[in-house]
Parts: sequence; structure tokens; C-alpha cells
Amino acid sequence: MYRILQTLLITFCLLVSADITASRAADDIGALVSALGTAKLAELDDRIEALAKSGDPRVIPVLEALGEGNLYARKADGSVYLATEKGASLMLVDPLDGANIGEVPKSELQKIKVNNSVRRAVRSALGGLTLFSADTDARLKAAQSMRQTPNADALGAIETALSTEKDGAVRKTLDEARAVSLLVSDRSDDDKRAAIKTLAEGGGREALGALTSALSSADSSLKPDIEAALQRIEQAQAFWNAGQNVWYGLSLGSVLLLAAIGLAITFGVMGIINMAHGEMVMLGAYTTFLVQDVIRTSYPDLFDWSLAIALPLAFLATGVIGLAIERSVIRFLYGRPLETLLATWGISLILQQSVRSIFGPTNREVGNPSWMAGAFELGGLTITWNRLWIIVFALAVFAALLFLLKRTSMGLRMRAVTQNRRMASSMGIRTPLVDALTFALGSGIAGMAGVALSQIDNVSPNLGQGYIIDSFMVVVFGGVGNLWGTLVGAFSLGILNKFLEPYAGAVLGKILVLVLIILFIQKKPRGLFALKGRAVEA
Amino acid sequence: MNIKARVTGAFLATVLSTTAFNGAFAADDTIKVGILHSLSGTMAISETTLKDAMLMLIDEQNKKGGLLGKKLEAVVVDPASDWPLFAEKARELVSVDKVSAVFGCWTSVSRKSVLPVFEELNSILFYPVQYEGEESQRNVFYTGAAPNQQAVPAVDYLMENESVERWVLAGTDYVYPRTTNKILEAYLISKGVKPEDIMINYTPFGHSDWQTIVSDIKKFGSAGKKTAVVSTINGDANVPFYKELANQGVKAEDIPVVAFSVGEEELAGLDTSPLVGHLAAWNYFQSVDTPANAEFIKTWKAYTKNDKRVTNDPMEAHYIGFNMWLKAVEKAGSTDTDAVLDAMIGVSVPNLSGGYSTMMPNHHITKPVLIGEIQSDGQFETVWETPGLVVGDEWSDYLPDSKDLIADWRAPMSCGNFNVATGKCGGKGS
Repeated sequence: MYRILQTLLITFCLLVSADITASRAADDIGALVSALGTAKLAELDDRIEALAKSGDPRVIPVLEALGEGNLYARKADGSVYLATEKGASLMLVDPLDGANIGEVPKSELQKIKVNNSVRRAVRSALGGLTLFSADTDARLKAAQSMRQTPNADALGAIETALSTEKDGAVRKTLDEARAVSLLVSDRSDDDKRAAIKTLAEGGGREALGALTSALSSADSSLKPDIEAALQRIEQAQAFWNAGQNVWYGLSLGSVLLLAAIGLAITFGVMGIINMAHGEMVMLGAYTTFLVQDVIRTSYPDLFDWSLAIALPLAFLATGVIGLAIERSVIRFLYGRPLETLLATWGISLILQQSVRSIFGPTNREVGNPSWMAGAFELGGLTITWNRLWIIVFALAVFAALLFLLKRTSMGLRMRAVTQNRRMASSMGIRTPLVDALTFALGSGIAGMAGVALSQIDNVSPNLGQGYIIDSFMVVVFGGVGNLWGTLVGAFSLGILNKFLEPYAGAVLGKILVLVLIILFIQKKPRGLFALKGRAVEA
Repeated sequence: MNIKARVTGAFLATVLSTTAFNGAFAADDTIKVGILHSLSGTMAISETTLKDAMLMLIDEQNKKGGLLGKKLEAVVVDPASDWPLFAEKARELVSVDKVSAVFGCWTSVSRKSVLPVFEELNSILFYPVQYEGEESQRNVFYTGAAPNQQAVPAVDYLMENESVERWVLAGTDYVYPRTTNKILEAYLISKGVKPEDIMINYTPFGHSDWQTIVSDIKKFGSAGKKTAVVSTINGDANVPFYKELANQGVKAEDIPVVAFSVGEEELAGLDTSPLVGHLAAWNYFQSVDTPANAEFIKTWKAYTKNDKRVTNDPMEAHYIGFNMWLKAVEKAGSTDTDAVLDAMIGVSVPNLSGGYSTMMPNHHITKPVLIGEIQSDGQFETVWETPGLVVGDEWSDYLPDSKDLIADWRAPMSCGNFNVATGKCGGKGS
């Protein structure tokens, strides 16, 4: 009881102080902003609220800077500035009129510390302030943040905004924001029923959250409505969940395809058990790191192009390394699979440890270009850009490889040599050269896969190890020597894995997939798409 | 010109003679310190740094005149992330190289594999990493955090400051996350959290496809109650996990993730700007603002000749452990194992966060607990810390098997698992 009284008292004081500030001249905003400089972490929430109550658009940049951690206070007098880092000093700007104050050494200033609860307060304050902004995106963001934080006090502002809003998307979000806040207000039950209907139609996670929390505190007369709405949203979500699983499966499949497609050449077509395949992927990822490193230091504008630049370089670098491995080790071991396995295993350890010695054992930072960051909503699906691009890329690599093998003279020679070496040789094909180039091609493609995988995985010397088993699994499952088999194998394993994971968990899911593959191979030892023909050895 | 040449000559001569002197010195009169950290294989990512940190500490101590008038000599071996090899290398360090103490191990399984060696050969191991507890050995000093020095305070913080009511306990599938989550689950239930508000999820080592789990977390978090993720996900799998969180738009303001295995070193491979506000609980952050820490960072950057190298919590643990060992050896006047084991208890040395850490009779140390939020520059900013030091509790009070056990290595008890209910030494564990 005492606590409730205390909270009431504080709220009252705040309201009073906010009213007073609003009525005074704009100079008081300066005082409110300076008050941020002397506030303790726990007091910041209240001061942000006071700033938001002023309704002055000049506080928007101040709050944004506070949320991003760019607001500093001078140690000597506690005055507040917007600051951007510039080496060991800070460029200061006056928070209200934007006047440039100049460079000051870092030691004279102290960052105003923020934590999650302060960031939340900033977000909801900004939501209220930018609700009437001229910029549609800003209004949409404001509406979204209001939808996340139910607040009965904000209801008036939302309704005012709704009455003037023209943009359809913003209106819809505002409608939902109004419904969310209405549920926690003391409006009539009829209004609440309408709000529940709006939320049920809109669907989505926020609606689910708002309704679930409303359920526990609602009147008994409203409960059946809420339960019906919840059921409706959950049904819709169950439908989308299946779609989401297919998407995740395709995405995992594309990663498997990328990792395995180079192996489909070296193992599938040439029959070399190449344990160093994973390290080629890793070297491709490190090429991306090097390219980004150069771009970061010398040509920062090109960052969005870094992957496009890294792709051909990674292909060349790993291709050349592959060529060297084939010429120096593997060519002496054709037809001796056990020795090849051990030799390439040794090569993989050598490559790993050399990378560890050169680049250090820790992860290297490979950034996402802006077009690969974030996600978008498609119906009830959340689709992340990086996954989408990786699927597109994997299919493009697959198509290019298929074209190379089936439609070019190089591809014809490769197929001829792998199907019947002696006959091809009699026809005048230089089989050793073809062997070397085929191996280099497989390695180069693994390097390109590394560029893509650097976007979702760690770039560390261990990167390749995680993919080698999966790659062999895909190639064997799909059928050795058949590219289409690799494609179908990768995607079906991906989807199978993602449908098992929600029920069995990630660990058991993986085990189940392995067991299923073993059973499948027992039944069809040559995989999904077995090569048929006289050339294939028994 | 002439003078300069002569000065250089004289200088060279001095250097030569000192080196010669050092060489002679090293041959017959040094104290050897073993360093048992993986320099190759999967754990090299974390352990190589600790090897460097130990070499630096030993180097610094030699500049100050060594120990007991003798120089310290580091003996580095590489157990290559191979658990049985840890035991072999430990045996080699103790019986062939005759080291006085060993600093090493990272994973719990590597520690468990060397325990019998240290017991049999009666030597000393300093273990610098946060771990699941449920152990106290005569020959081991645990300078990393026990669960009550990391996991439990982190959960308290989220409960009090972020009013979290729903919990996702996500971890890699091995002993540390499983035991920690068992302790946390019991703790949360004792605090009145309903079992349906706790979701536990395990993933394999090096898991890289987090899409399903992140979307499960989002779904679990949309039940109208504030949700947080407590992550015991092991080092390497964290980067794809955080990337997926960022891409799926899980913001720290909505669903904060508090991690126990993510430090400055792990964040070095990540663009942290979408992760600002996610949390970690440790006993030390590089950003801690104390003169001792500033000095430590400066020495570290100079020693590694790399201005971008970061420091982390296990490094501080080695710093504390090494200084405690120095003090105990000085107190005992020799490096004899039994004498040092006796002298260690009660030794108190400054830590890097501005206080003193003390070795307790249970072979665990006192530490402050810090909660930090990830910043866009890859550092942590302390947002909360325990008012005083927390004593490491080896046997958790929240597990039915271990709540009656205590450890006290002082005579006359000298027991690592004394059962206060039965009044006998011996219980769960070894």
C-alpha cells in the first residue's frame, strides 16, 4: 500500500512539474536537457519522461543521441553535449541549437550511461514525439513502438494521430497500437471488444502478447472474446509456422548445397575423398575478411561491394591452392582412396594451423553489407535478407556449374575423363591437365561458398570442420557423381532437419537425420539419384 | 661519432654479459611454472590468449626480480584441445619438467581429465575459467567464477531491474550449461517462477543454424510477460547466434540476452552495433575504470605489440591466481606443494576491479560480480555490480544433491565434500 501511495505521489509530482515546464518559456527545455547530465541511471527514466512531456520537437535529436549513447556530460560542470568520436577527442555540438562547439579531449567528458530500461523509455518518448512527424517512415516507426508498449495515457495522442493520418500502413499500425493501449485503459467493454476484434484481425506477435496479458486481468464478460481472438491468431500462426519451417529448411539446405557443391565435383565426379574440402571453404571466408579489411582501411565507400569483389578473388585463391594440392599430393594417389583420405586429412590440419599462425586463433570480423542485414515480413513469415541472398547465390552457383559441365568443351572433357579415363586419353585428351583443372574448380567453388558462409558463421580456423561431415552426407545421400542429386539431397536434408528440430530439439534432430540417412543408404546404397551406365564401376 | 660507437659497444657488452649471466642462472636456479593451454584445435580460440597472458605475467615478475631470489621460467605445452592429451601433458609438466605449479585448462572436461594426475603427483593447478561448480579438490585452486558468482546474480539483476518473468535457458549441450541451467531452474522456481515460464533449450557444439531457435524465442517472448534469454552457449556458436538475433530484429530492449561465456574476445569477431544492450555477467570487464586495470591493459598491449588486443575475465583470473601463488610461495618460503597449499588459504591480493580477492578454505576466491551491456565498440559497460565481494560457493545450495555439502581444506577438516547433515566427509562428487 505504501509503495502504491509513493508511486502515485511521484507521478503526481511529475505531472505537476511537467505542466509547469510546458507553460514556461522554451529556455526550460535547456534546463531539462542539462538535468540529464547530472542524473543517476535510475533517475533518467523520469527525466526523459519530463522531456517528452514538453512536446518540443527540439528534444528529438537529444533523445535519439541519448539512446545511441552519443550524449556526453562535461565532468567539470555537468553541461550536456551531443558528441561524435574523432580519434582521442570528441566533436561537440550543442544539443538544442546544433551549434558547433569544437573538439574536446575525451577525458574532459563523461558519457551519460544508459541501460535497457532507459533505451525503452527513450523509445516510447520518441514514439510520442514523432507521431505527428511529416516523415511517413518516422510516423510508422512511432506507431510500431506505441504498439509494443501498451499505455493508457497515450490513447488520446494515438486517436488524434489517427484522425489525421492518411497513409494506409501507418493507419493500420496505429489502429493496432490504439487497440493495445485501449485494452489496458478503463474504457467501456464495448470499446474493448472492438479492440480485441482489431487485434484478432491484425494477428502477429504483438497482438498475441497484448491479448495474453489482457486475459489475466480482464473482466469475466470479456474473457470469452479474448480467448476466441487468441485461438484465431494461434491458428493463423500455426499455418505460418509450417511455412516458416519450409523456409528455414530451404535456407539450411542452401547452406548445405553451397558447402557440398564443390565436394560434388572433387568427390562426386573425380572420386577423391577430399578431407581438406572444409578448409577450402575456410580459406574463402578468410579471403572475404582480407578484402573487407583492405576496404575498411582504404576505400570505406566500397563496403557494400565487398562480397562481389571477394567472390572472384576467393575463387582464384582457393582454386590455385587446390591446383597446388592436386599437383603436389593427390595426383600420386589416384586409385588409392585410403591414402588420399589420410593425405588430405593431413593437408587440412596443415592449412588450419597455418591460418591460425597467420591470422591468430580468434574470430575475425566479417561484416554484413547493408543489403544483407535485417529482415522483412512476408505474411506471417520473417525472412532475413542474408538467408534469402544465400539461397539465390547457391542456386546461381549450381546453375553455373551445371552449365559448365553440360554445355562447354571443358565440361565435356571432365565428364569424359571421369567416365572412362583410358578412352578419353586415347582420344587425345590430356587427362592429367583435366584432373588438375577439375580439382581446382571444385576447390574454387568451395572458396566461393566460404564467401557466402562468412556472412552467417564465424570466420575462424575451425570454420571448415563444421561443414565437412555435412557435405559428405549430402553428396552420398544425393548420389555420388550426380549434381542434381546434390541439389535435391541438400534441400531435402535441410527441410527434414528443420521439421524435426521443433519437436526433437537441435541435438536429437541431428541424430535422427543421421539415423534416417543410414537406413536410406542401406536400402539404396547409391543414393537418391544413382548414376547408371556401363562406365560406372560396380 | 667515436663516442657514440664506444657507448654502443659498451652497451652491447653489458647486454651480452647479462644474457650470459641469465643463461647460467636459468640452467640451475629457476622456478618453473607450467602453462597447460591448447594452442591448436577448437579451443585454441580461447586458450591461446591465456597462454600469452601467463607469459606476460611471468615476464613482468622476472623484471621485478623473480620469486625467492630466483627467476621464473615458463614451460609451455600444447594439449591441442584433446582431453586425454591434457592428462598426458600435465603428467609431463609435473614429472619431467618438475614445474612448481600449473596454470591451465579451459573446458570442464579437460579439468576433470587432469584432476587425477594432480592428485597422484601432488602438484598444484590454477583453473581460471567460470565453471559449473560441484567440485572442490585439494590440488586445484578455482580462480574463475562459481555459479553463484555469475549466473545467480545475473538472474537477480534481470528479475529486479528488468522485471523479467519468463525465462529461456539456452545452452550448448555439455556439462557446464546443463549443471548451470539445473541450478538456475531450481533457483527460479524457488523465487516463484512457474515451470511453464521456463524454456530450456540445448544445441550441439558449433551449432550454426539458429533460425528455428531464435524464432522459438520470439514466440516464447510474445506471451505478454517480459522475457529474457540466459545463454550458456559456448564460444564459437555465439557469433551465428547473435547474427541471427540481430537479423531477426530481437532487440535488447524487448528480449535481453544475458550470456556467461561471451566476453570481449568473443565479440571481437562481430559487428556489435545491432547487439547494444544485450548483457553479460562476469567478474571483470576491460572497461572497468581503475588504475590497476589501466596499467594491466597497457602492459598487455605493449607485450602483444597489438593495440587492438582486448583483455577478458579469465585473464584477470590468471592475474589473481598468479599473484596469489607468488604471495603464498613467499609466505611458505618454498615451492613445496604441501607448504604452498597450506599458505594459499587466506592469501589476499588486489584484483583489477579495485578490490581485494581472497582465497577461501574451499579453494575458491572472493570476487565482485559485474553485469555489463554490450556497446557498439565491442566493449561492455557496467550497469550493475554487487555491493561487495561474493564468496565462490562450490556446492550449490539449490541442488538437492549438493545443498548439504561444504568444502574446507584447512586442517583438521581437510575435506572437499563434507556433508553437514551426516557430519561425514564424502558425498556426491569425488
